[in-house]
Amino acid sequence: MTEPVLPNPVLPNPVLEVRGLTKSFGALKATDEVSLALIPGEIHALIGPNGAGKSTLVAQIAGQLTQDTGEIWLGGREISGLSVAGRARLGLGRTFQVSSLALEFSALRNVMLAVQGRLGSSFGFVAPVRRDARLLDPARAVLDRFGLAERAEVTAAALSHGERRQLELAMAFALEPKVLLLDEPMAGMGAGGTRALTKVLGAMRDTVPMLLIEHDMDAVFALADRISVLAEGRVIFSGPPDAVRASAIVREVYLGGEG
Amino acid sequence: MTTALLIEQLLNGLQFGVMLFLMAAGLTLVFGVMGLINLAHGSLYMAGAFVCATVTGSTGSFWLGLGAGALAAAALGALVEIGVMRRLYGRGHLDQVLATFALILIFSEGTRMVFGAQPLWLDMPKSLSGHVSLPGGAVYPVFRLAIIGAGLAVAAGLYVLIQRTRLGMRIRAGESDREMIAALGVDIARLYTVVFALGAGLAGLAGAMIGALQSVEVGMGEPVLILAFVTIVIGGIGSIRGALVGALLVGMVDTMGRIFLPVLFGLFTDPASATSIGSALASMLIYLMMAAILAVRPKGLFPAHG
Amino acid sequence: MAEPGNAIPDSPRSGGSPLPPLGGGLGRGSVESWLNAALAVLLLAAPLAAIGLGEPYYANLASRVAILALAGVGLNLALGYGGMISFGHAAFFGIGGYVAGILAQGAFNAAPVISWPVEVMGSDSMVPIWLAAMAVSGVAAVAIGAISLRTSGVYFIMITLAFAQMIYYFAISWPAYGGEDGLSITVRNGFPGLDTYDPLSFFLICYGVLMLALALSWRIMGTRFGAALMCARMNPERLATVGIEPTPVKLAAFVISAMITGLAGALFADLNGFVSPSMLSWHTSGQIMIFVILGGVGRLFGPVAGAALYVLMEHVLGGLTVHWQLPLGLILLGVVLFARGGLVGMVAGGARHD
Repeated sequence: MTEPVLPNPVLPNPVLEVRGLTKSFGALKATDEVSLALIPGEIHALIGPNGAGKSTLVAQIAGQLTQDTGEIWLGGREISGLSVAGRARLGLGRTFQVSSLALEFSALRNVMLAVQGRLGSSFGFVAPVRRDARLLDPARAVLDRFGLAERAEVTAAALSHGERRQLELAMAFALEPKVLLLDEPMAGMGAGGTRALTKVLGAMRDTVPMLLIEHDMDAVFALADRISVLAEGRVIFSGPPDAVRASAIVREVYLGGEG
Repeated sequence: MTTALLIEQLLNGLQFGVMLFLMAAGLTLVFGVMGLINLAHGSLYMAGAFVCATVTGSTGSFWLGLGAGALAAAALGALVEIGVMRRLYGRGHLDQVLATFALILIFSEGTRMVFGAQPLWLDMPKSLSGHVSLPGGAVYPVFRLAIIGAGLAVAAGLYVLIQRTRLGMRIRAGESDREMIAALGVDIARLYTVVFALGAGLAGLAGAMIGALQSVEVGMGEPVLILAFVTIVIGGIGSIRGALVGALLVGMVDTMGRIFLPVLFGLFTDPASATSIGSALASMLIYLMMAAILAVRPKGLFPAHG
Repeated sequence: MAEPGNAIPDSPRSGGSPLPPLGGGLGRGSVESWLNAALAVLLLAAPLAAIGLGEPYYANLASRVAILALAGVGLNLALGYGGMISFGHAAFFGIGGYVAGILAQGAFNAAPVISWPVEVMGSDSMVPIWLAAMAVSGVAAVAIGAISLRTSGVYFIMITLAFAQMIYYFAISWPAYGGEDGLSITVRNGFPGLDTYDPLSFFLICYGVLMLALALSWRIMGTRFGAALMCARMNPERLATVGIEPTPVKLAAFVISAMITGLAGALFADLNGFVSPSMLSWHTSGQIMIFVILGGVGRLFGPVAGAALYVLMEHVLGGLTVHWQLPLGLILLGVVLFARGGLVGMVAGGARHD
C-alpha cells in the first residue's frame, strides 16, 4: 500500500526522466517500476533505507547496469541503450560513492581529463597536453571554483578524503553536464566538510539540476527541492521536504533503521 | 574410417581429456581460491614424472614411483607456495605471470643440471601393459584405460572433497570471500598451502602417468600447461566442473580433429596438401574454439564468480 | 580540509604555467631524463668502441639489444602504459619476421609472393619491407585486439596467448613458409646508401629505428590520447565517466604497439638471416615481457635497459655456464619480488605523471 505521488504544478520539461525502470537479480527485484523526473533548477534527493536499491538505480541511470525494462531519457533523448561514456558525452555527470579517480594523476590532470572528455577529442596524437590551454584554462578555473587551486599539482592519491570528494565533483562539473548524478557525496565527510559541501551544491543549483542520493538527512533537507523515497526497489513517496517529513509511510519505512 | 579406429580415438580423446583435467583442476583451484596465475604448474607435472622415473628405476616398482611422484610434486608445491607464492597474492597478474615464468626457467634448468638433457626411461608396470579387445575389433592398451579410470576416480574424489568435507567447505568459502573466512578464523595461510599442494600433487600424478606412456624429459610440461590454461579459460576459471567439461571438450576436439581434419580435407585436395592443411588446422583448432567461446562468453562456460 | 570556496561565478585564470614535464621527458633535468640520455649514449658508444678495437662481433650484439629493445618498446606501449597484459606479442614479432622473410625470398626467387587477388612482388629493400611488416602486424592486431579486448584480466592474457599459439602452429605446419625449419634470408635486405652487411651500418640502422620509436612513444604518451590510455589502465570506470570509451583507446594502443614489435621482428630476421617459428612461441612472448619488466614497466627507456641487461646476462652468464637460464630465472624472480620498478625504477624512483 503506497501513498500516491503528490502531483506537481505545471512542470517545465524534465531534463532527466526515468520511466518504469525494472531490474531483477534472480528472484530479487532490486528496481521495481521506478519512475522519476528531474527538472531544471532543482535538487531532487533520493533517499531510502539500506538495501532499498539506490545504488542499483544509480548504476542503471549512469549506464553501468542495463535495466530489464524501462527507459531513461536525458534532455529529450532516450539514452537507455547507451554506454557510460555515451551518456557522459550527452551531458550526464556522475560522482561515485567511493571516489573513483585517476590516482597517479595530479588533481589538475584529472580535471583536464574531464575537459578532454567534454571536448571529445581523445584521438589527438599530435598536440602535447602539458601546454594545451584549451585543457589547462578550463581545468584551472574549475579547480579554483571548488577550492582546489592550491592542490592542483598534488597527486590524487595524496589528497585527503574530503579533497578527493571535491575533486570528484569538480570533474563531473568540468563536463558542463546537463544533469548531475551525485552518489552520496557526503560519504565519509565530517560535520564541517558536510556543511561546506552543502553550501557548494546549493550554489550550483541554478547551473545544473542534481539528482542527489544521500543518507545524511541534514544535507538532504537543507538542499532538496523535492525528495523521492525508495524502499524495496519502489518509489513509495515523492514530494516536497515538508510532505516527506509529515508522511506516515515514510516514517514507517525508516523505523528500526537509521535514515 | 572403421568402428575400431573411431572407438580407439574416442578413448584416446577421453584419456587426453582426463589427464588435462588433472592439470586443470589444480590450476583452477589455485586461481579460484588464491587468485593466482601459476605458470610453473607445468614444472610440477614434470617434477612428478622425474621423481616417478627415478624411484621406479631404483625400486623396480611403478606403484612406489607413482606415489613418490605425486607426493614429491605436492611437497615441491608446498615449498614453492611458502617461499614464493605467498609474496604474490594480491599482486597484479603481471607480477604473477613473470614470477612464475621465472620459476619455469629455474626448474627447467635445474632439472637439466641434475638429470642431464637426455630423456629418462619410465616403463609402465607389467600388470598394466597388456591390451584389451573392445567392441568393433579395436585393441586398446590397458594402461590408457587405467589412466582414464584414475582420472575419473580423482574427479569423483575431488567432488567429494569439495562438496562434503570441511576442507572443501573452506575452499568454497575462500573462493567467494577471502577476507570473510580469514575473519572467521580459518587459517588462510595453511589453507592456501594445502590447496596449492593439492593442485601440485594432481599435476605430479598426471606427469608420472603420462611419463610412462610417452617420455620423461625437461619441458614436457609446457605444451600441457598451455592446454590446461586453455581448458580452464574455456571451462570458466575457478570452477572444477568447468575444468572437467573444458578438459573433456579440449581432449576430444583435439584428438578427433587431428584424425578427421586431414581426412576431411582429403575429400577436396590431394593427400599431401590434405595432411599439411589438416594438421595445421588441427593444431590451431583448440585455440580457435577458445577464441570463439570467449567471444560469446567472455568468462568461459561456467564462471565461478559470474 | 581545504575550504570548498566561495560560490562566486567563474573567475577564470588565464594561461597558468605549463605543467612540468612527464617523467622521462628528454633534456629537462630529472633523474630519469639523465638515465635515458646515458642509456642512449651507452648503447651507441659501446659498438663504436668495439669496432674501434677491432671486435665487430659486439656491434652485432648491440644490434640484437637494439632490436629486442624495440620489440619491448612496442609491448611497453600496450602493457606498460595501457595496462594490457598481452602474452601473445610474439605473434607480431613473428609476423614481422615472416613478412620480411617471405618478401626477401620472393625477391631472391624473382617470383611473386602473392598471385591472387593482386600480384605482390618480393622486395629486398628494408624500408618497404618494414612498412609491409608493420602493416600486416597492424591488421592482425586489429583482429586479435578487437576480440581479445572483449575480455579482461586473466582471460585477456590467455586469449592473447591463444592467438599467438594459433599463428605459431600454423607457421610450423604450413610447408610453403618453411614449416618447422623456418625461412632463410639468403641475401640481407638493402638500405639506400649503406652496406647493410657492415655490422656498424646495420647497427646504426637498428639504433636509428629504435630512437625513432622511442621518440614516437614519448610523443604519443604526452598527447590527449596518452592521457586517455593511462587512465584506461588506472581506472577505466573513471575514463568512461568523463565521456571517453576505453576500448577504442586501448585498441589503438594495441595496434600501434603491435606495429612497433612487428618492425622489430623484421629487423631481427635480417640480423639473423633467418626466420624461425620460435619467434612466434610463447617463450618469446615471455622474453619480451622480461625486457619490459627488467627495465621498468611503463618507463620510456625501460625496454632499452631491460633488453641490454638481458643480452648482457645471456652473454656473460652464458659464457660461464650452459645452464645460464637458472641464474637468469633467479635474477628475474628477484626483480619481480623485490625491485618492482625494474632498473629504471631503482635508479630514478617512481614515475611521475604530471
